[in-house]
Amino acid sequence: MELNQIINPANRVYARPALLDDNTMHYCPGCSHGVVHKIIAEIIEEMGLQENTIGVAPVGCAVFAYNYIDVDWVEAAHGRAPALASAIQRLNPEKLVFTYQGDGDLAAIGTAETIHAANRGENIAIIFINNAIYGMTGGQMAPTTLEGQKTATTPYGRRVDLNGYPLNISNLLAQLDGTHYVTRQAVHTAATVRKAKSAIKKAFQNALAGKGTSVVEVVGTCSSGWKMTPDASNKWMEQHMFEKYPLGDLKDAGEIIPKSK
Amino acid sequence: MNEDIRLMKGNEAIAHAAVRYGVDGYFGYPITPQSEVLETLEALMPWETTGMVVLQAESEISSINMVYGGAATGKAVMTSSSSPGVSLMQEGISYLAASELPALIVNVMRGGPGLGTIHPSQSDYFQATKGGGHGDYHLIVLAPSSVQEMADFVGLGFDLAFKYRTPAMILADGVVGQMMEKVVLPEQRQRRTAEEIRTQCPWALTGKTADRKRNVVTSLELDSAIMEKNNERFQRTYKEIEANEVRYQGYHLDDAEYLIVAFGSMARICLKAVEEARKAGVKIGLLRPITLWPFPYEAICKASENAKGILVAELNAGQMIEDVRLAVHDNVPVEHFGRMGGIVPNPAEVLGAFTDKFGVKFNDQTN
Repeated sequence: MELNQIINPANRVYARPALLDDNTMHYCPGCSHGVVHKIIAEIIEEMGLQENTIGVAPVGCAVFAYNYIDVDWVEAAHGRAPALASAIQRLNPEKLVFTYQGDGDLAAIGTAETIHAANRGENIAIIFINNAIYGMTGGQMAPTTLEGQKTATTPYGRRVDLNGYPLNISNLLAQLDGTHYVTRQAVHTAATVRKAKSAIKKAFQNALAGKGTSVVEVVGTCSSGWKMTPDASNKWMEQHMFEKYPLGDLKDAGEIIPKSK
Repeated sequence: MNEDIRLMKGNEAIAHAAVRYGVDGYFGYPITPQSEVLETLEALMPWETTGMVVLQAESEISSINMVYGGAATGKAVMTSSSSPGVSLMQEGISYLAASELPALIVNVMRGGPGLGTIHPSQSDYFQATKGGGHGDYHLIVLAPSSVQEMADFVGLGFDLAFKYRTPAMILADGVVGQMMEKVVLPEQRQRRTAEEIRTQCPWALTGKTADRKRNVVTSLELDSAIMEKNNERFQRTYKEIEANEVRYQGYHLDDAEYLIVAFGSMARICLKAVEEARKAGVKIGLLRPITLWPFPYEAICKASENAKGILVAELNAGQMIEDVRLAVHDNVPVEHFGRMGGIVPNPAEVLGAFTDKFGVKFNDQTN
């Protein structure tokens, strides 16, 4: 078979989503953001929501999310995305409004905005990337940084006596009456990507249906910040991150899901 | 047409005027002495009539960021607060200016610094007129001196904010917010339709359609050459506002031997002082800046051509006086009279300052 017979549109089984721009991504090799961006672009395309979506970008590595996914975007100040999204959704109730936030943005500087938006049950979807580090500013400690984890500001490892404990904010959010769906996912294997995609899709459907706040935490890697290869990052994430941040639904249809023994 | 005349507080007038202007959303947090704005809006329930959204946020930081989000979608959105709360909002105000978003912020000033006092003050003049947050920017700053102007400046503020795509501020003080006066409320207007927003605000986040590129509202630009161009564009807008939007009111300026420059509630007190001075044979005029930015430099320069001295009266330690001095280029002696900490002076104290600073004698001060 000739090569040009193989490279033929009829044989194509996989393509870049139409809503994911051709812009070269600024994300590092091994970073989870690119995969989550792709999933979001696919879902918005599949749901036919391009004209009906407003995204709220954070401060952090994903500040440039608006350069890649072809919907209308506003870029929030650090941590304030849920406040923006609350107002955008209330003023434009027919729109799908989602935030895309990292752990520093959502669980440190924006804790109040996050908790109160969720507690009001705003009809928004919050996509929360937890890679336990501040990537954009050069690898400093995040609220979700694990005990003992080395970062630029915990060079000898996070000490709880100095820095407090890693904050499991999704568990906290699941306790609030305003959240309808809280889940924790990953995107490091084909299987987890599929699960993460259906979780985000569900969050978007919940928001459009006016069911309250949905939160999809994606436990991700930051190879540059962690100073590991992408492959080693995935292994480290499985070994260490999933222990503190186990995958699975924390709350669904407004019901908290009991911890499995 | 029958005028709709009511008796109400300045803060209440802000709320009524917002509903009647067709504001799309109000986001606020309680703080004395402006809490009546949010309270009145919640009591009016405009979501049942005009469809206006009213939301009590968890903080002033959240309030201003709700305004930021709403403004990005082309909606007419506003917040109100008082001095400590407005300090918290400065981050968001800077982002609004940088993203060229129209919005209205009301500051009913109280005494500071810090938690200060709940009593009236004008000590946020610098913060309001020189930017307030980080970066090179200005707000259009309107200074009401009556309950009527509290109502009127809601519409004016939004009109200017949308005309120039920049946030506007009503810089009131605790006196104007709390005092009750007769007010003629504006007629009820319709909120803009989605189609009107799409047409009038092509930059707004209305949903990306096939006929346009996606709209992105952001203040971030890492390419310094582009960022400088952005700043130059902001500055051109400010020049245009300075050229077109200066507003002030003059009282007895034609024959004035002395001039008072005062804004807000202090201008009301000074007008009484001017009237009493004239009864006592001293020709004092009053110039009341209505826009604190853009500031009426030229008008003050012109009004003081034949003046022997200018008294700048403010409820602060001397802030607007710096702009008055810039206006008159040291050609006229400029002195300050101010009270701080929430003290509101009476007209006799203002005249006393003329005696202290300029040696002016009043023939019949008891009149």
